[in-house]
Amino acid sequence: MKCKKCGTKASVHMRQHKLALCKEHYLEWIPEQTERFIKKYEMFHRGEKILVAVSGGKDSLSLWDILVRLGYQADGLYIGLGIDVGIGYSDESHRLSEKFASERGLRLHVVDVAKEYGQPIPVMAEVSHRGQGRPCAVCGLAKRHIMNRIARDLGYDVLATGHNLDDEAAVLFGNTLQWAGSFLARQSPVLRESPGLARKVKPLCRFYEREMAAYALLRGIEYIYEECPFADGATSIYYKELLNRLETDKPGAKLIFYLRFLDARESGLFAPAPEKQIVLHPCPKCGQPTSTDDLCSFCRMIETINLKMEKEN
Amino acid sequence: MTVKLILREKEFEVRPGMTLLSTLEKINVMPEAVLATREGEMILEDEILRDGEVIKLVSVISGG
Ligand code: SF4
Ligand SMILES: [Zn+2]
Ligand SMILES: [Zn+2]
Repeated sequence: MKCKKCGTKASVHMRQHKLALCKEHYLEWIPEQTERFIKKYEMFHRGEKILVAVSGGKDSLSLWDILVRLGYQADGLYIGLGIDVGIGYSDESHRLSEKFASERGLRLHVVDVAKEYGQPIPVMAEVSHRGQGRPCAVCGLAKRHIMNRIARDLGYDVLATGHNLDDEAAVLFGNTLQWAGSFLARQSPVLRESPGLARKVKPLCRFYEREMAAYALLRGIEYIYEECPFADGATSIYYKELLNRLETDKPGAKLIFYLRFLDARESGLFAPAPEKQIVLHPCPKCGQPTSTDDLCSFCRMIETINLKMEKEN
Repeated sequence: MTVKLILREKEFEVRPGMTLLSTLEKINVMPEAVLATREGEMILEDEILRDGEVIKLVSVISGG
């Protein structure tokens, strides 16, 4: 296969776009497209300060790389989850994130969950009995809370995450199987800021996961290849496999699934019923919005954990 | 007469002369889920795999 732009041997073939590109042109094409999506979904502009949530994986490091190449002011945030079963996942992902930042002279903020909140994520999950033996629910809650806190406290205009199309399509698929209306209504490349909540954007949401891996590889980005040990057997991976089976038979199927959803959402298909609009209050402890009158779910979880740990000691 | 493919801890041996795409089908690996490299260079589905070579497959799907 030949590169569509220069006719030399192609390195990447994107069947859904009927497009093959050589290394050089692929590494130009990805940032060009990213810029197009940033503008199309009105994510942010060059005067704004961006905080990239960095996990050490291919997507978030590539996102940071692309934003910097495009000339945006982007700093990183690494959250140390304290997941050290087996391969020392957190240590290694932290090391790779630091290495990426220092080699490029970029600024990386680091928050260590155990240092700031007392316990690493797996212990929090165990003590609080949330999420059927998998710490992912606790992990997600903590990450959302911390990302938002740092973005607000340090004056960032927008929080960017490395979700790719496969991530988004898998979430969409799960929510569609359940007709989870309120989740469908909120799934978007951009969530506008609201009192107490930073704007959130997903600039890679239209790239296939395979394309992001190809970008990281061709760009020579050193990322953590091992999975978080708790991802093994996750439903999201199962959904990705199902969608990829569909994609193999019908190139473009998962892209269309996601894009048509965005169109449908835009036209109001998933708008909440007027009487269902929830009112949010600021959490008395951290100030982040919550639907209860009391502490937000993160602060409530931390309080419960601390109480239980005190009793045990 | 074999081609070796490596995906994480798994190794597969197949006969040479097939395209990457047919080879992946043969060993039951979804083409969407991997990138294939030969001596560090990425190769595409239409590439013919030759006798004696080692193809490293990079898994692209992550979860959580
Ligand atoms: S797999 Fe679960 S525990 Fe591991 S990083 Fe992802 S959400 Fe957290
Ligand atoms: Zn080219
Ligand atoms: Zn709170």
